[in-house]
Amino acid sequence: MSAAIRLEGISKSFGATRAVEEVTLAVERGELMAVLGPSGCGKTTLLRLIAGFETPDNGSVEVGEEMVAAPGRLVPPERRRVGMVFQDYALFPHLSVEANVAFGLSRRTREERDSLTRRTLELVGLQHKTGRYPHELSGGERQRVALARALAPEPEVVLLDEPFSSLDATLRADLRREVELILRDAEATALLVTHDQEEALSLADRLAVMREGRIVQVGAPEEVYGRPASRWAAQFVGEVNVLAGVAREGGVETELGRFDLRAPATGTVHVAVRPEQLELSARHDGNAEVVSREFRGHDVLYRLRHEGGRTVLVQLPSLELYEVGARVFVRPAAAAVTSLVD
Amino acid sequence: MGLTRRGIDGGAAFSLLAALVVAGPLVGLPLSFIAAPGSLSRFSGLVPEAIAATAVLLVGVGVGVLLLGTALAALVSFFDFPGRGWIEWALVLPLAMPGYVFTLFALGLDVPGIRSDLGAVCVFTLVLYPYVYLLARAAFLAQSRALLEAARGLGLSRRAAVLRVAVPLARPAILGGVALALMEALADFGTVNLLGVRTFTDAIYRVWFTALDRDAAMQLATLLVSVTLTLLLLERLARGRSRYHQHAARGDVVPPVRLSGFAAVAAAVVPLALVGVVVAAPLAQLAVWSLESIDEGLLAPEFATAARNSVLLAAVSALLVPIVALLLAYAVRTSRTHVAGVAARAATIGYGLPGSVVAVAVIVPLAWLDRRADAAAGTGLILTGTVIGLLFAYLVRFLALAWSAVEAGLLRIPRDLDEAARGLGADRLEVLARVHVPMIGTGLATAALLVFVEVMKELPATLLLRPTGGDTLAIAVWQATSESLFETAALPALLIVMVGLLPVAAMIRLSGRRGAELEAVPA
Repeated sequence: MSAAIRLEGISKSFGATRAVEEVTLAVERGELMAVLGPSGCGKTTLLRLIAGFETPDNGSVEVGEEMVAAPGRLVPPERRRVGMVFQDYALFPHLSVEANVAFGLSRRTREERDSLTRRTLELVGLQHKTGRYPHELSGGERQRVALARALAPEPEVVLLDEPFSSLDATLRADLRREVELILRDAEATALLVTHDQEEALSLADRLAVMREGRIVQVGAPEEVYGRPASRWAAQFVGEVNVLAGVAREGGVETELGRFDLRAPATGTVHVAVRPEQLELSARHDGNAEVVSREFRGHDVLYRLRHEGGRTVLVQLPSLELYEVGARVFVRPAAAAVTSLVD
Repeated sequence: MGLTRRGIDGGAAFSLLAALVVAGPLVGLPLSFIAAPGSLSRFSGLVPEAIAATAVLLVGVGVGVLLLGTALAALVSFFDFPGRGWIEWALVLPLAMPGYVFTLFALGLDVPGIRSDLGAVCVFTLVLYPYVYLLARAAFLAQSRALLEAARGLGLSRRAAVLRVAVPLARPAILGGVALALMEALADFGTVNLLGVRTFTDAIYRVWFTALDRDAAMQLATLLVSVTLTLLLLERLARGRSRYHQHAARGDVVPPVRLSGFAAVAAAVVPLALVGVVVAAPLAQLAVWSLESIDEGLLAPEFATAARNSVLLAAVSALLVPIVALLLAYAVRTSRTHVAGVAARAATIGYGLPGSVVAVAVIVPLAWLDRRADAAAGTGLILTGTVIGLLFAYLVRFLALAWSAVEAGLLRIPRDLDEAARGLGADRLEVLARVHVPMIGTGLATAALLVFVEVMKELPATLLLRPTGGDTLAIAVWQATSESLFETAALPALLIVMVGLLPVAAMIRLSGRRGAELEAVPA
């Protein structure tokens, strides 16, 4: 597979603030990649560097096979073959849905422009709203227009900046699925920036976790979740218990019991244990007490106080419930394999 | 480009060029003191005379517009009476009446004592009070009722509460209005010249045309500019504080109190009488004179030419000036440096400067260019001998007017839209043409209308820079009036006022609702 985007050691500072530092990253063609990080980590700057709205201080940006930013070379945004979906969509208020989508096609022939516009509007399911204006559309429809507008010129890659953040929570899950289907239908390459880990995990083929301007981990969602590269990454992507223990013979002995290790180690270590890697049983002489319970429908998150004094998070299917205040025995679930963290 | 926050990029370069071309001549004015240090001493009598006349005018007009404008604004903001809804707007109409047209009316009726300092003060007060009225009214409407009610609760009568709380709170806006009115009075040439009041603009004209001494004219212009700039500074300071005051006074608006009986009648009649005297009566009289002039063949033979010249100059300026303003505003928007913004501010200082000052300032560099071009290519006086010089003076004088209308529109367009368009393959000029221009159409039209009207009634710069045979309606009015040919002056004057009513009418229509923001209303 060839890369649709290749970033080599790019950095960008604003005054004393280092927004992006030495980022190297490749997005494969046809891939849906998410950059996940807390707000202010530099992920939006990263997108803007790729789109050409910011100029890197160092490093290079390649889009398709073309070098678009490198020392001594700078391709302006309008010639980068990059489509962008803005956080608040940035639809042109004076243009109809159809004219918005056709905006990027002004250099095509009339037939080409018409057919691409029509095809893209059908792709996003807005062929019946071509004459409407942005202010007459719902939030979800606006987002689909923005997506169609970015896709219509058939760019190498579509960049999406927090695409779901201005939508109602109730709409968000549906639209996420819808956007994913549209992008897959269009066989587009997409790079999406978000601070919402659930969004990134459920949507992306791969994700890049970003912190303070640096990429700290890149991998498939299950990999980033199951094998976090650091304590910070473990905590940022989902709930986690970080336990101290002594490693020997492919396992680690902790105060909650023995866990298998992915890679052999020795000595005193820390491991990241996800809440679903623990299990409970009700016992009067148990080693922990239920402090709180967060019912989430299909599962339940328990917060326990362990006899050693620490708080332990446990997630279980909601088939059997434990009351707050109950004595329980907490232990590793069968086949719980954990990773070392710093 | 990553390093250009303080450096120069395309946008900054363009705005610097604009600043140099537009503001450069103005900066050159004081250099006349170095180039010809003794010039002004030949006219040693002029300066004290001009200072005295200007001082009387500033004090008189300042007090006049302050009292009249504030009183009328308080009346329509805090009291309700029959017909208030449209009297509120009728009081804006004098904005369309140029001082020299009202002077023509007063001279034609032979109002006793009009040819005096006091006469000029009265004329200016009557046509310039709307500046104070509009700003004070906007400030009153932005005040919260809670403050006024608190004052009432502390034992003040309503009238006392208005005087001791509302008016002091609106002080920045009122002073800003006074400064604007005074700047207009300082810039005026027609009124003072026709009434024989020897202010700076009149002195510049006499030194220029009678003595043909450019250096002395430039030096007088420099003195006048320093007075104007002081006022401009005061206005900026006042406006800066008014923002603060208005933010401090959020809340429900003050409900006006209904007047009854004699008070209600007086409240309606006095403003109407005022507008009648300043607008309706002159219009009626001008109409009568116009008909007489047509009947009796008193119309100036050059009338048609003058009308054509006026419309052409106004139309070309209305096209040219907003385009330059748009390019300048866009250059500032796309530039990442602070240089561009500073340069744009420099390029727009011409507004508020008297037309005679602008004319005197632009003639020197233009004449120099003319000599160079003529020596090199035998072009003759291609700049100073044609309308090009005049159009350039209009650009310098009115760029700020168009700029404020255009920039306000541009500021409302989110930057995301620029980037979205760039990302979709549009280059910078395409973003301007396909996104900005359609979105700020109204702002551009407003700018064009304002420039059109201003050029139609512009007198001093036109008088000093017009090429031979280039008389305009404004000049026809001035010339005929100074020769006491009031019937001859009437028709061109009538046309100027009618055109001037357009933007005022548009403004009234746009601000149909009460409490609309009117701070940015130009003359």
